[in-house]
Amino acid sequence: MNTAGTASGQVSFIPVDESTVAMKLSGSWSNAASIRPVEQVLTELSAFKNLKLVLLQAHDLAGWDSRLPAYVLKIIDYCQTRHIEVDASGLPEGIQALLKLARAVPERAGARRTTQQKSTLAEIGKTVMNGLKDAKGLLAFIGETLLAFATLIRGKARFRSVDLFLCIQDAGPSALPIVTLISLLVGLILAFVGAVQLAMFGAQIYIADLVGLGTVREMGALMTAVIMSGRTGAAYAAQLGTMNVNSEIDALKTMGISPMEFLVLPRMLALILMMPLLCLYADLMGMLGGALVTVSAFDVSLIQYYNETQKAVDLTDFSIGLFKSLVFAVLIATAGCMRGMQCGRSASAVGDAATAAVVNSIVYIVVADSVITLICDRLGI
Amino acid sequence: MTTPHITVTNLTMAYGDFVLQRDLNFTIEHGDIFIIMGGSGCGKSTLLKHLIGLQRPAKGDVFYERQDFWRASDEERVRIMRRIGVLYQSGALFSSLTLAENIALPLGEFTDMNAHEIADIVSYKLALVGLAGFEDYYPSELSGGMQKRAGLARAMALDPEILFFDEPSAGLDPVSARLLDDLIVSLRDTLGTTIVVVTHELASIFAIGSNSVFLDPDTKTMLATGSPKKLLAESSDAKIIQFLTRGESDANKSV
Repeated sequence: MNTAGTASGQVSFIPVDESTVAMKLSGSWSNAASIRPVEQVLTELSAFKNLKLVLLQAHDLAGWDSRLPAYVLKIIDYCQTRHIEVDASGLPEGIQALLKLARAVPERAGARRTTQQKSTLAEIGKTVMNGLKDAKGLLAFIGETLLAFATLIRGKARFRSVDLFLCIQDAGPSALPIVTLISLLVGLILAFVGAVQLAMFGAQIYIADLVGLGTVREMGALMTAVIMSGRTGAAYAAQLGTMNVNSEIDALKTMGISPMEFLVLPRMLALILMMPLLCLYADLMGMLGGALVTVSAFDVSLIQYYNETQKAVDLTDFSIGLFKSLVFAVLIATAGCMRGMQCGRSASAVGDAATAAVVNSIVYIVVADSVITLICDRLGI
Repeated sequence: MTTPHITVTNLTMAYGDFVLQRDLNFTIEHGDIFIIMGGSGCGKSTLLKHLIGLQRPAKGDVFYERQDFWRASDEERVRIMRRIGVLYQSGALFSSLTLAENIALPLGEFTDMNAHEIADIVSYKLALVGLAGFEDYYPSELSGGMQKRAGLARAMALDPEILFFDEPSAGLDPVSARLLDDLIVSLRDTLGTTIVVVTHELASIFAIGSNSVFLDPDTKTMLATGSPKKLLAESSDAKIIQFLTRGESDANKSV
């Protein structure tokens, strides 16, 4: 029961005759009031047998807001399902009008979404179907991309060279500061990790080998790819997704301009052209980072470090790194552009597209990296 | 009789298993201002997508004059699409380009004009929609109504034979909406452009419509086609009358 003193709404029943009951609503029915749950009242109502008519009365209300009509609506719904008539004429006119308005458009059949308990089998089936749909979308996108590149090679692709240069600017020079920072630090870390072990044998000079090979064959390409998937891949997905939401892609299509050529090609080209360059730059920065640690803390001169690196790293190692970065560029651009082009038409869909682009490209990158490393190992290069 | 500009036969529109409208049959004549009308959610905008090449019909055909739009090869379809202009509900201007670049885009891609000629055309088209001097503004710097007019300028860039409007007066104040209606009529009168408008704005429907189709979400098909004024005068269908009179005829009938 309500504690004394708080403003509260009261519901009481007054039996009028055998088949009629009056329901009196009184007190305050505002948001702050404490009111008995409607279920409790309905249970009490069901105790009356042979009920045919409910008279709703509210003559001494202290105040009310949406809470009262919502409450009454629940009672009316309950009565309707049990073929009990409700006489609402005892309610204030405002409430009667609101109730009438709420009842004016009947609930559309089948509009209400019911959550059904699905069987595990159905869930598995749905997941598989979604996976197939995704795979089909990926294949379709790859096919369209290849067609667009074929048009490019025939010299018929329609896109503005300004757009290409903007994309290059964005995917190349603008990314330099963060690539510098990350690869320098990764070089530092590699050097420290190796130095602790190698210094025990007095073999500090081999830090140069470790850092050089590690960066050039692996970390340079990988770190650049991770940075670019977060920086550029997500941006591609968000840009294209927003254009989709704003019907800009539809507008291009109806203009007779292929969005694949006009939007996707310059972005892919920019990333494919810039990634190897960024990777090369990251390699140098990584080695510089390694040199910083080794020269300052482990009694190796810069010349020694330089000579040792030159002995350890050859052109094949650079080529492998560059090849990887090229593959990563294709993967990042594909994931970013595909998620953007397939984006739904809402603000949250754009966010999902950007997230999916980053997650997909990182997964693709790591898988592709493992495959390439494995192949190189088998081939002995 | 001349061939109608657009003929739709037995068109069924569906999203997956969900059928939106079935068995649509109507024709749009040269120089018509054709209204696609109906209650919310009946598939007006989807019908527009079928006409402008964004969504393939589940069944049936769309003919541009005698050419089957959806059975034509991709190149053919793109060639037909180049003869149409579309004004999207939001304007759909390319947000990374200025107004001038937006309008110049189709001109640069599909004509041999030099930059100077294109700039002249761009200024002329912007002046037509009352946006002279706004060449170097980005879409985000303009109000909704201005964006819409700029979208119209872009749709008209290549002097299309058919112009499609998706809810042109949505989000416009009554005076701007009226001005846009006037602009639509004068485009038809001066250039002979065929115009297709998706709208449920009654004032526009009666002011400009010379032909129309009425889609019904309940029966999932069209209820009538013809001039809106004639439909109001002659139709015996309660739903159409109710729509065209804002439901006020209900009151009259019960008296």
